Amino acid sequence: MRRIAKFATNPVVVALIASLAIAGCASKKTPNNAADLGLGGSAGAATPGSSQDFTVNVGDRIFFDTDSSSVRADAQGILSRQAQWLNQYRQYAIVVEGHADERGTREYNLALGARRAAATRDYLISQGVASNRLKTISYGKERPVAVCDDISCWSQNRRAVTTLSGAGS
Amino acid sequence: MKHVIKAILLIGAMASGMTAFATLPARALVEIDVNKGNVEPLPIAITDFLSGDAMGAEIAGIVAADLQRSGLFSPIDKGAFIEKISNPDVAPRFDDWKVINAQALVTGRVSQEADGRLKAEFRLWDTFAGQQLAGEQFFANKTNSRRIAHIIADAIYERLTGEKGYFDTRVVFIDESGAKTARKKRLAIMDQDGANVRYLSDGRSMAMTPRFSPTRQEITYMSYESGQPQVYLLQIETGQRELVGNFPGMTFAPRFSPDGQKVIMSLLRDDGNSNVFSMDLRSRTTTRLTNSSAIDTSPSYSPDGSKVVFTSDRGGQPQIYVMGADGSGQTRVSFGGGSYSTPVWSPRGDLIAFTKQSGGQFQIGVMKTDGSGERILSTGFQQEGPTWAPNGRVVMFFRDQPGGGGPKLYSVDLTGRNEQAIPTSGFASDPAWSPLLD
Repeated sequence: MRRIAKFATNPVVVALIASLAIAGCASKKTPNNAADLGLGGSAGAATPGSSQDFTVNVGDRIFFDTDSSSVRADAQGILSRQAQWLNQYRQYAIVVEGHADERGTREYNLALGARRAAATRDYLISQGVASNRLKTISYGKERPVAVCDDISCWSQNRRAVTTLSGAGS
Repeated sequence: MKHVIKAILLIGAMASGMTAFATLPARALVEIDVNKGNVEPLPIAITDFLSGDAMGAEIAGIVAADLQRSGLFSPIDKGAFIEKISNPDVAPRFDDWKVINAQALVTGRVSQEADGRLKAEFRLWDTFAGQQLAGEQFFANKTNSRRIAHIIADAIYERLTGEKGYFDTRVVFIDESGAKTARKKRLAIMDQDGANVRYLSDGRSMAMTPRFSPTRQEITYMSYESGQPQVYLLQIETGQRELVGNFPGMTFAPRFSPDGQKVIMSLLRDDGNSNVFSMDLRSRTTTRLTNSSAIDTSPSYSPDGSKVVFTSDRGGQPQIYVMGADGSGQTRVSFGGGSYSTPVWSPRGDLIAFTKQSGGQFQIGVMKTDGSGERILSTGFQQEGPTWAPNGRVVMFFRDQPGGGGPKLYSVDLTGRNEQAIPTSGFASDPAWSPLLD
C-alpha cells in the first residue's frame, strides 16, 4: 500500500483499490476505502450494519492537518455519516484510534494522537452517539498506514480511525 | 559494581611518585583538554594484555574501541609497535614508543586466580615523560571480562582528561522489527558499545521510552500491554513489573527523579490534552505539576531535583519550558525558531539536550538551562530523543534515514564533531543511558 495518494490519481488504480475493498480484501486497517476516494455510492456489496459496511460505505477515518487536532470541514461530513450509522447500529462499542505522522517526536506525537482521538470522539458525541459507547486510544506515530518519506504518506497517517467492537460483523 | 574489586597498582621505585599522582590533581604531562573546541585525538598505544589465551588481546581491543569512539584518542595500529611487552611489571622502552608517536602507552596482564576469578592489571605510561601515570588491578568473575575492559578504559579516560569516564555503562532501548505498519517494539538492554544485548520484553505489546533509575537496577517505560498505554516499572534483574499508579487515562513519557524515589510523567486529560504529574513511589501520592489546556509532556528533572524541563504546545507549537519541581514559575526557554521537544537535563546540570524541528530537518542540540547558547550537534532527516552519558559529555539519540527502513542509534559528543553509530542487530530507538555502574 505504498504511496496510495499518488496511485489514487490514476483512475485504473482507484478502481482497483475500490474493487479490492468491495471484495472484502480490505481489513479494518486499510489505509483507504471507497468513501475516502470519493466513491462512497458505488460500493454496495457489504451487508448493511456490518463493520465492512461501516468501513466501505461510511468511511472509518478522517485526516488532520499537520500538528492540528481540529476536525476539518471535509471530515465533519464523514463523522456525521459515522454518527448516523452508529446511532442506527447500536450494538457496537467504539474505539477511536488517534494517530500522528512521523514528523514529530515520539512522546509529543502520542499526546497529539490522543488529542485527535478526543476531538473525533467529541464530534461523534455532538452528533448524538452515546458517550458510554466511545473509548479512545492513541498510537502516536507508531502505526503508520502509508510508508514513504514524503507528504503523500504523512497526510494519510495523520488520522483518527473509528473502530467497532462488541458485535459480530 | 558488585563483582569487580579494584586496587591501585604500583611498582617498586615509583610507588611514592604514584601516590602523589593519585592524590594530587597533578598536571599530567600528557593530557587532553575536553573543553577545547577542536581536540586533536591523542595517539595512544594499547598493547595486548599478557594472558595465556585470547582474552589479553580481547581486552586490549575493547579498551581501544572505547577510547577511539570517544573521539579524544587515536589508538595506534598494533602493526607499528616496535617493543613487544613481555613483562608489564617493568618500565617499557619509552624510546620505542616515542618513535611511533605514542604519547601514552597501556600495558597489562590478565590471569585466572585459583578461585576462578579473573585478575586484570593495567598500567598507563606517559612515554615522553617516561613515567607511569596510573596502575590498577581488578578482580572479577569470568563472565565480566568485557566490563573489566570498560572499567580500564574509564580509568585511562579519567586519568588523561580529568573527566569521569562513561564506558562501564549500559543502554536500554527499543528493539524494532517487522514491517513499519505493524512494527514490533520491545525493550532491550546492552552495554554502551552494543555488546551483550538482552531483551526485557517479548514484543507481544508495544513498549516505548524506557529510562534508567539513577539509583537501582530498574527502568520505567510505557507499554500497551493492558490495551491502553501506561507507565510501568521493571526490575532489570528479576523481571518483576509493576504499573505506576492507577490513572483513568493514558500515562506516558516517564522519567525518574534524581533520587530514584519519584516518577514524573504525562497523564492524558479527558479533554484530550496532557499534563505533567509526579508520583512518589513509596507513598504513592501524586502531584499535579501543570494544568494547561495544552500538551505538556517529556518532563525531565534537573540533577539536583529542584527543577523540571518539559515540552508544551501551550504557545501554539511544541517548545521547551522550565518550572520548579513543584510546578511553580513555568517559563518558556526555547526561542530559536522551529519547534523543540524531548528536553533532557544534563547530569552535570549545565545544559539541556533537545530535539529541534526546523526547515524540514530534525536536529539534536544543547542549550544552557535558560535557553541561551544553543548549539546544534547533529542534523538529519528524522532524528530525536537524546540521552546523556553519565559524564555529560556525550549524547545518544536515534535516527531514521530516508529509505533506511527504520531507526538506528548514534552518539555525538558536545563538540558535534565526533558522531558514532552504535551497532545493533536490528532497528533501534529510544536509547536511555544508565548511570555509571557500581
